[in-house]
Amino acid sequence: MMTVSPEKLLTPVLSAFWDDPQSWTLDTYRRHEGYEGLRKALAMPPDDVIAYVKDAGLRGRGGAGFPTGMKWQFIPQGDGKPHYLVVNADESEPGTCKDIPLLFANPHSLIEGMVIACHAIRSNHAFIYLRGEVVPVLRRLHEAVREAYEAGYLGKNIQGSGFDLELTVHAGAGAYICGEETALLDSLEGRRGQPRLRPPFPAVEGLYACPTVVNNVESIASVPAIMQRGKDWFKSMGSEKSPGFTLYSLSGHVVSPGQYEAPLGITLRQLLDMSGGIRPGHRLKFWTPGGSSTPMFTDEHLDVPLDYEGVGAAGSMLGTKALQCFDETTCVVRAVTRWTEFYAHESCGKCTPCREGTYWLVQLLRDIEAGKGKLSDLDKLNDIADNINGKSFCALGDGAASPIFSSLKYFREEYEEHIERKGCPFDPAASTVWADAGTSHLEVNA
Amino acid sequence: MTDVSLGIPQMPAPDYPADVRARLEADAKEIIARYPGSRSALLPLLHLTQSEDGYVTRTGVRFCAEQLDLTTAEVTAVATFYSMYRRKPSGDYQVGVCTNTLCAVMGGDAIFDELKEHLGVGNNETTEDGKVTLEHIECNAACDFAPVVMVNWEFFDNQTPGSAKQLVDDLIAGREVRPTRGAPLCTYKETARILAGFPDERPGAVEATGGAGPASLAGLRLSRGEALPGPDAGQPARRSSVPPQGETPAAPSGTPGQPSPAEHASSHDAPQETAVSDPANPAGPESEEGK
Repeated sequence: MMTVSPEKLLTPVLSAFWDDPQSWTLDTYRRHEGYEGLRKALAMPPDDVIAYVKDAGLRGRGGAGFPTGMKWQFIPQGDGKPHYLVVNADESEPGTCKDIPLLFANPHSLIEGMVIACHAIRSNHAFIYLRGEVVPVLRRLHEAVREAYEAGYLGKNIQGSGFDLELTVHAGAGAYICGEETALLDSLEGRRGQPRLRPPFPAVEGLYACPTVVNNVESIASVPAIMQRGKDWFKSMGSEKSPGFTLYSLSGHVVSPGQYEAPLGITLRQLLDMSGGIRPGHRLKFWTPGGSSTPMFTDEHLDVPLDYEGVGAAGSMLGTKALQCFDETTCVVRAVTRWTEFYAHESCGKCTPCREGTYWLVQLLRDIEAGKGKLSDLDKLNDIADNINGKSFCALGDGAASPIFSSLKYFREEYEEHIERKGCPFDPAASTVWADAGTSHLEVNA
Repeated sequence: MTDVSLGIPQMPAPDYPADVRARLEADAKEIIARYPGSRSALLPLLHLTQSEDGYVTRTGVRFCAEQLDLTTAEVTAVATFYSMYRRKPSGDYQVGVCTNTLCAVMGGDAIFDELKEHLGVGNNETTEDGKVTLEHIECNAACDFAPVVMVNWEFFDNQTPGSAKQLVDDLIAGREVRPTRGAPLCTYKETARILAGFPDERPGAVEATGGAGPASLAGLRLSRGEALPGPDAGQPARRSSVPPQGETPAAPSGTPGQPSPAEHASSHDAPQETAVSDPANPAGPESEEGK
C-alpha cells in the first residue's frame, strides 16, 4: 500500500488551533473565524438552518451516529412549550477521550454551535451537562460562557437578532450511566441517573417533559464550521453516508497516542503508519473502534474504514472513535474482566438483566482470570451476555455484552488456556508503558 | 459500605450554625436561579454542602431538602447514587488512580498497588493525617495520557509508580503541587465549590498549563508536517511497526530482567511519545511522497 503523508490524510478543524498559546479564549476563537457561522445562521430562518445541517449529513459523534439535523427536526414547533438543548458532555465511555480535550482547548466551538442549534430548534435555554470529574474543563467552560455573555453571543437579543439564549453549565457527580440521554435528563432534573422508558422520546417529552434535543459535544461543535465553510465543503470529506471530519483518539500500546482529526473512513493502519505504529518490538493484538462498548477488533481489521457503515459491516460499531490498542503482552481475559467490572459498577440497577447479569459475569470472569474457571463457564458467559444484550432497559447492557461476545469470538483459546493452565499466562508488568524503558533509554542516550 | 442501622430511628440532623446557614442560603439561591425547575439544583447543592463539610453530612442533606422542598430521604437517594459524593469524612486531597482497562494495563494497577503500600491505606481510605484519600477511579477521558492519576479532579498525566509516590509525598508535606493539565491544586472543599458552579477566582487558574496537552496535539502536528515531540524531534515520522496484511509478525521480544517500575521515576515528566525515535526500527523516513 502506498503511504500517504499525514498532511493529506488529516484534516484538523476543531483541533486546528489547539496549540495556540491561549486557544480557549474568545480572542483566539475569533481570530480563527469564530462566531462567523453563527452570524450566517442567525440570518437564516430556523427551519432553513435545520435543513442545512440535515443536508450536510452530520451524524451524531457520541456513538449512535443518528443524523443531527433529523434530531432537530423532530422538535415539534408552535406547541407553546419551552424547548431545550442539552449537550451531553458526560464523556465516560472507557477509551473515549475526545470531548474533554476539545472543551479544554476550544470551548467556544461548542458554545457557538449551541447558539446555532438553539436558534434552529427555537430554544431559549440550553445546558451543558459536563461530567464532574474534569475540573480543568469546568473552569474553562465557566470562563468561555462568561466571555460569550459579555460579548453578546449569549443573553438577550444576541448580535441584534432578537434571539435570546440562556446557557447553564451543569457539573455531574460521577455516574457513567448519565451519558445515556434519558438518564442524563433525569440527572439534570436532580434525580438518580436512571434511563427512562421510550417513547415518549426526548424530542417530545425531554427535560421537564418539554421537547428537548440531546446532542454530543463534538456533534454540536462541528456545526459552526459547517455553517461557515458550507455543507459542500463538509461533504467533500468522508463518504456519502458518513460525511465530514471527526476526532479519532488513539491510545494504548502505540508510539504516539493522541487526537487525530481526519475525514470519516480513515483506517487504523493509516493512523498507525503516520504516527509511528505500535510500540517498538511489539504487535497489535486487539483494539476497540469506539470504546469498550463496541465489539473488539484484531489485526485482521486494520483496513476497515472507520466510518459508520465500514465498522458496522465488519461486525462492530464506530462508537466514539476511541481506538484503544493493545499489544501481544496484554491478557484479553484481564482486559474484559476489568471492563465488565466497570459495567457492573456503573449499572444503575433499574433493570434486572443488566443489574444481575453484569454481577454474575464479573464472578465468572474473576474466577477464570484467577485460574479457577471451568470450560463450561465459557458457554455460561456467552449465555449470560446473551440474556443482557437486547434485553436491558438501555444500551449499557448491550455495551457490557460486547467485549464478552467479541473476545470469545476471537480469543476463545486464550480463555481456555487460563482454565487449563489454572492461571493467567501473561505478565502484567510487560504491558506497562515503562516495561521496555530500560533498554530504549540506553539506546536513546547512545 | 455504610453501617446498617436497625431499630431506633436517628434524631433529625442538627442545622448549620446561623452564620453558615445564611451564607449557604445565599449560594443556594443563586444556584437554584440557574434552572427552570428548582430540583435541578440538587446535584450542585450537594457539591455545595461538600464544599462546606468535605463530605455529604446529615446536616447537608437536611439543608438541601429544605432548600428544594424535598424529604431527606429523597435527597439521600440521590446523594448515594453518585460516586463523587463522599459518604464519610475524607482527606483534603482525593487521589484517584485510573484502573479501568487501558490505564490499568498501561501501569495503573501497578501505580495503585504502589500507593496503597506507600500510604498504608486501602481503596477509599484516608491517611491518618487526613491529607490523602486514595481510591481507584473509572475512565477519566484521558486515555491518550495513560496512565492517569487525578487529584481533586485535576489531571496528572503519564504517571509512573515513582511519580505518583512523589506526588502524594508532596501533598502530605504541603508542597505546592501542579497538575499536568489544570490549575495548581486547591483543597477538596474549594474544588467542590467550583463543581457547585462558582467559577475559580484565583488569578491564573483558568489559563494554567496552557492550551491542549501534548498528546492532544499529535494529529495537529503531523498534519503540519512536523515530527511528533521527542528526543528526535525534527526527524521525520517513522514507518509503522504494524505488519502489512499477510505478513507474519515477528515474535514479541521477551521481557527478562525488567527493571522495577519505581526505578523510572525520572521518565515520567515528559509525555511518553518518544518511542517514535525507536532506533531499533529499521524503517527509514516516510518519504515515498509528499516530503
